[in-house]
Amino acid sequence: MDDTGTVVAFWMLAVITVGSALGTAAVRNLIHAVVFLVISFTGVAGLYITLSADFLAVTQVLIYVGAISILVLFAIMLTPRGDRGNQEGFLRLPAVLLSGLLAATMIFVALDTDWNISDRAGFEDTATDIGEALLDKFVLPFEIASVLLLVAMLGAIVLVRPEGAVEEE
Amino acid sequence: MILAKWYDFRTIANPVGELLDQLRDWGAPDWVPYVVSSVIAIVAILLWVILSVLAFIWIERRVVGLMQNRIGPNRVGPFGMLQPVADALKLLLKEPITPRAADKLIFLAGPIAIFIPTIVVFAAIPFGERMALADLNVGVLFLIAIGSINTLAVFMAGWSSNNKYALMGAMRTIAMLISYEIVQVLALLGPVLFVGSMNLGQIVGWQDEFNTWILFIQPLGLLFYIIAGAVEMNRSPMDIAEAESEIVAGYHTEYGGIKFGFFYQAEYLAGFAIAAIVVNLYLGGWTLWGLEEWVPSWLIFFAKLYGFFFLYIWMRGTLPRLRIDQLMTFAWKYLLPLALLNILVAGGEVLLWREAELSRNVALPTFAVVNFAIAGIAVVGWARVLGHARKDHRGGRATLTQEVGAVFYEGAANP
Repeated sequence: MDDTGTVVAFWMLAVITVGSALGTAAVRNLIHAVVFLVISFTGVAGLYITLSADFLAVTQVLIYVGAISILVLFAIMLTPRGDRGNQEGFLRLPAVLLSGLLAATMIFVALDTDWNISDRAGFEDTATDIGEALLDKFVLPFEIASVLLLVAMLGAIVLVRPEGAVEEE
Repeated sequence: MILAKWYDFRTIANPVGELLDQLRDWGAPDWVPYVVSSVIAIVAILLWVILSVLAFIWIERRVVGLMQNRIGPNRVGPFGMLQPVADALKLLLKEPITPRAADKLIFLAGPIAIFIPTIVVFAAIPFGERMALADLNVGVLFLIAIGSINTLAVFMAGWSSNNKYALMGAMRTIAMLISYEIVQVLALLGPVLFVGSMNLGQIVGWQDEFNTWILFIQPLGLLFYIIAGAVEMNRSPMDIAEAESEIVAGYHTEYGGIKFGFFYQAEYLAGFAIAAIVVNLYLGGWTLWGLEEWVPSWLIFFAKLYGFFFLYIWMRGTLPRLRIDQLMTFAWKYLLPLALLNILVAGGEVLLWREAELSRNVALPTFAVVNFAIAGIAVVGWARVLGHARKDHRGGRATLTQEVGAVFYEGAANP
């Protein structure tokens, strides 16, 4: 974060990310909100690139822009009367209050914390290092996560099976 | 024997490098050569892409015409070669119509959202020796990630049109792309496993060093990637998202003029991107067993790329369109298990190679033979298991006729 290019890139990406995040909350149409959300995700991926975390950036695009957004779109399409969009409700005031408090807390923490800046050089080959770390040092959490995902997948299949499907076969 | 002189066009990096050195000598700040080199590369890639697309629109129409026993465009210019230029001018001059019921903002953003990712893909592709705009560590993953944005762009186009055919096309595309993305990723994992890197330059270098193409040790992977690629670029026989005979033109039904032009061009760009990925990952990139010393490496790359893209034109001229349920079943029941098997075999071989410390002259030919055998057995065997190639299959009669149970009279001429 010292040369001009990185600073310019950071501010451009920050404006895109925060601006579209605000757009997500402000627009009435839910599909528009998803598009804004995707732009925000892409901005975050750009921020990762300025931090030399290229693997993380690419994964962010793959998972959030490519997959999560589609999931959200499906959720909207499958919701009855999802086309009503963001209506005004009686929870408006509490929501504004709560998000204001959350934002205040996060800003306070960000300003108050004594950030520990590492002085080690950046990783030469991020993907290899991440792969080795996952399958060597953190192999147990990695395996637990994959088993959890498998269980979730099986659960989803069991949930959508019609009643008595086994007997029919 | 590449000369490091500017007039040696066998690598275009030479003249560009010369220019950048010249700029540095004139005392330009550090960022000037950086920006200049990027701009040169971007302009070169864009020019190449536009010219290739124009050329291939003509080639495809002529070739498919020949295959389907008709003439194809032959009026505008010699052999009809100026037809794509005329078409492009027509698209540019047409009135851009937006349906009144459409979601204006997303309707406008759709073509842009589909065009940008398809062009960004070319940034990571090495076109020749030292000729890549961005030499990424995570190149293969980058290509997959950028390709996955298409899904959203197609949905934006289809949904915003407020047309049921467009929405149907968009939903079909999403179902298709999500299913085949898994197959695509698994297919690309094979080369990455063998090379041990996701950097496209290093994958080409590995094939050059071991004097082989990954095609020979990953035949199943290449086959699956060709199929998944046809889905990704929305091409026949996987073009149900814009099946003309069913849903008008699918997700771009309501688009006209240059907005339609963007979709049309994005399809070709995706095709070139898939071909470029295949050439780099499976067909040795810009190397050709020493020929790259004499011929410009980018010419070898383009020859391979166009040759491979021709395969897709051939497929389009030959194969009929699949139904959506056939396509989904094919992905989940047929391709996915075999792709997983392929990864298992590839992983085992890499482990064996490393642990047993085999010499490369033993390991690579053995793996090639074994993998070709496994590919053949798996493709035929799994089809048998799923009941597609029945032993009592009565050849010569259409499948539909068999399923309906049509009566064939004894003594009648065998249809």
